[in-house]
Amino acid sequence: MIKKVEITSENDKFLNKVNELSGEVVTLCDQCGTCSGGCPLVTEMDITPSQWMRLVQLGLKEVLDFKAIWLCASCFTCTVRCPRKIDVSKVAEALRQIILRKAIDYIDLKAIPKDELACLPQIALVSACRKFTG
Amino acid sequence: MTTTKTETTKTTPTGIAKIPYYPGCTLKTTAKNFENSAIATARALGIELLEIPRWNCCGTVFSLADDDLIHHVASVRNFVRVQEMNDYGLVKNENRLVTLCAMCFNTLKSTNLRMKNNAEDLSKINDLMYREEDYQGKVEVLHFLELLKSLGFEKIRDRVKKPLKGLKIAPYYGCMILRPQEIGIDDPEDPTIQKDLLESLGADPIDTPYKRVCCGSYQTVKEKNIVAELAYDILSHAQKEGAEALATVCPLCAFNLDNRQKEVKAAHPDFEEIPIFYVTQLMAIAFGLGNEFYGFDQNYIDPRPLLKKKALIEQ
Repeated sequence: MIKKVEITSENDKFLNKVNELSGEVVTLCDQCGTCSGGCPLVTEMDITPSQWMRLVQLGLKEVLDFKAIWLCASCFTCTVRCPRKIDVSKVAEALRQIILRKAIDYIDLKAIPKDELACLPQIALVSACRKFTG
Repeated sequence: MTTTKTETTKTTPTGIAKIPYYPGCTLKTTAKNFENSAIATARALGIELLEIPRWNCCGTVFSLADDDLIHHVASVRNFVRVQEMNDYGLVKNENRLVTLCAMCFNTLKSTNLRMKNNAEDLSKINDLMYREEDYQGKVEVLHFLELLKSLGFEKIRDRVKKPLKGLKIAPYYGCMILRPQEIGIDDPEDPTIQKDLLESLGADPIDTPYKRVCCGSYQTVKEKNIVAELAYDILSHAQKEGAEALATVCPLCAFNLDNRQKEVKAAHPDFEEIPIFYVTQLMAIAFGLGNEFYGFDQNYIDPRPLLKKKALIEQ
């Protein structure tokens, strides 16, 4: 299906924001798909890492609506394999931060069952709070 | 690839070298067996892991957002503690900081690298910590495995009293000691450091391509069934290669691979449970240290039946 996308200054603004937060240059991505091929979570994602890279290149804010950016576990597999040396996990972090900085949490800490809280190591809880709450 | 230092370890007149050690939160709770076994094995090798006074949380994950300096303060404050240990004579001219937890290692080393490479960031952080002395940027963050490698696996082999003969162990590395490349202690695609260690203990290391595939990390809090599927892939591939247990150095990997076997079993009834060791627990056995250092009560899947079968612990 062909989708027509009109690029306006708003799109540029969004792309620049992601570049600034991630410290990466997202437009360097040439869509080879190496990140998606090696991502351990990709089978659970609604879009692949290379797809979120493309959406950011076009400055499309709808990238923020996909669950994929939250399923990225910052494992850095894509980071060590990208032939363009882009840190894709930093781009995912930037996208999460855009949402979290509006004080919109991805996780409801109160919904974690008590028996889970009793057995989860602190490093799991602290990192989930760091990654999923604003 | 590896950042291991070859400098000789300084020893005191008693023959014990003191090195600053950062435990982190989880080594005091669910991974207490990791800490106990590591401290005891280090001591058996002539090293005292000296806990940093007044250490604080490292932040667990390294903040990846470029403008987010404030989250690095926690890590840097621990580096100031290492400087103080030198100032107060607790250690002598020892800038190495040893960690056990793979997540702490990654967070501390990543922060340290950013501080060393960016004088402006360091200066801002020092300004924020106005009650502390300035961090001078001289600390070197090491993982315990790197420390062992720097001693030489031959030295470890010499210390073995009870070789782990016939014990088929798949080393599992996870992410945080391998990636990103500038932080990793080994080849990110084909690491061997744990295999070399296990060989020196007399065990039979089993190689699997899943040794460096992510276990799902903190997704375990919200998506435990996804983590269970990742754990199933990692564990069942190790079993297919003949592994009887896995070894790790990350308390979060240990939780996901060990405790989440409950969820794995529920989703895959044919799955056979498999014990997960901290590699230091295996060292404690091989060194013939007392069972007070093993801490198997904290393992979810009890490894004792396997160890008894191999005559490595008493009946």
